[in-house]
Amino acid sequence: MTLAQKFYWLIGGIVVLLIVATAIGRILRARVHDEAAAAVVDNLIARVRAWWWMVGVFAVALTIGRSATIAMFALISFYALREFLTLTPTKLGDHRALSLSFFVLIPVQYLLIATDWYGLFSIFIPVYGFLLLPSVSVLAHDTEHFLERSAKIQWGLMITVYCISHVPALLLLEIPGYGGATPLLMFYLLLVVQMSDVLQYVCGKLFGRTKIAPAVSPSKTVEGFVGGAAGAVVIGAAMWWITPFTPLQAAGMAAIIVLMGFLGGLVLSAVKRSLGAKDWGSMIEGHGGVLDRMDSVSFAAPIFFHVTRYFFT
Amino acid sequence: MWLSYVLIASVRVLFGATPRWLGSQPAPQQRIYFANHTSHIDTVALWSALPPDLRAKTRTAAAADYWGTSVLKRTIALKALNAVLIDRKRADPSADPLQPLYELLEAGQSLIIFPEGTRLPQALPGPFKSGLFHLARRFPHVELIPVYLDNLHRSLPKGTLFPVPLICTVRFGAPLARIADEDKSAFLERARNAVIGLAT
Repeated sequence: MTLAQKFYWLIGGIVVLLIVATAIGRILRARVHDEAAAAVVDNLIARVRAWWWMVGVFAVALTIGRSATIAMFALISFYALREFLTLTPTKLGDHRALSLSFFVLIPVQYLLIATDWYGLFSIFIPVYGFLLLPSVSVLAHDTEHFLERSAKIQWGLMITVYCISHVPALLLLEIPGYGGATPLLMFYLLLVVQMSDVLQYVCGKLFGRTKIAPAVSPSKTVEGFVGGAAGAVVIGAAMWWITPFTPLQAAGMAAIIVLMGFLGGLVLSAVKRSLGAKDWGSMIEGHGGVLDRMDSVSFAAPIFFHVTRYFFT
Repeated sequence: MWLSYVLIASVRVLFGATPRWLGSQPAPQQRIYFANHTSHIDTVALWSALPPDLRAKTRTAAAADYWGTSVLKRTIALKALNAVLIDRKRADPSADPLQPLYELLEAGQSLIIFPEGTRLPQALPGPFKSGLFHLARRFPHVELIPVYLDNLHRSLPKGTLFPVPLICTVRFGAPLARIADEDKSAFLERARNAVIGLAT
């Protein structure tokens, strides 16, 4: 199969999945009568509807090509950072550093991917951003909570820009024998992360009893995690044909993605709670904010990128 | 004017400016929307939170000593924002600076005003100037809707040039009740508290 054929099969498969999910939503809605259950089903329907949109946008960007894909992730970073900083208290003294983060750091980070400049891409935010942003803030002569403010801005940038940019950075990898099929690798990463999230949600709703970390994330259960993780690893292994991996390697990669994604969800949930919020935003109906959907991706992407880069290039 | 659409689209992309109707609904009644004032984004944010049909009938007041000083500012204020300029500094002491607003309300249009009279770099509004009181007394049938603009004091505070895109929600509260024979300071304090009440 050619790259394009594989891509159409993938999109076709996901469309079938979404049709099934939509149908299940409709059937459940007609059956439930009590209010609490109806609210859960309505949320499920809203989530599925949002999935149609997300898959649509992603498919269109991939079809247009590499630049559109990179631009789409730049926008995702933009909106994720906006959500992060809206909830994070900052002061007037941070204004310049914040403007720079949005209007210089995000475009530069993604331009570095577009121009294949891996060396600078991998250190731009952790080295240059890390040193220059507090240097800009210090010019405002406001020392109150200076360390906390600088640390929060850097942390937000690392998660929402640096980590998320590792998804389109997969396009930079030159994997022997894999040719130019790296868009499929990106697809693979997102598919496994999101299927893991979806299956954990479904298994949690169906069988969830034992809470993993009720203080951090009340919806995460042991049953949900085990069922969802197992399902996502099986899907990841079954998708080996779009990756440079053998089926066994694909299962291992999927396991890494699932574990990192789970940790990302947990850590960002703790951050969110420490900021006093339940959702990062309300941009994606049923899901919350962009960062609620990208939390697991932000943890999984850099590790998946580097494991692949180390062992396969 | 096309510039209005550019401004509205930019504000939506950068700040969201999504409306939350808490206590009132978008309706074609004649209204005075009064809001906290922290940035140059405020007017466009409030304006773009209104449905297009209401927006077309809603004008805003801008200070002549600021918005009237250059061709660019004049164009933005008068053409893009469809504002009326008012003489905040009272250059002619015998003229009522609110006169342009009386005319506009008499013509049946709705109005956006920022009763603090200037931009303050803080989340909650400062003391209100008396303009709102005079307008309210002169037009008892016009609904007074308190509006709270979230986060814009962090996005483009006075004295900064580049914005920081943070999520802004535009919260519309319940119409301010009219109390007969209420004195000016009590009324203004009640109006201010109605805006503050929407802040959390």
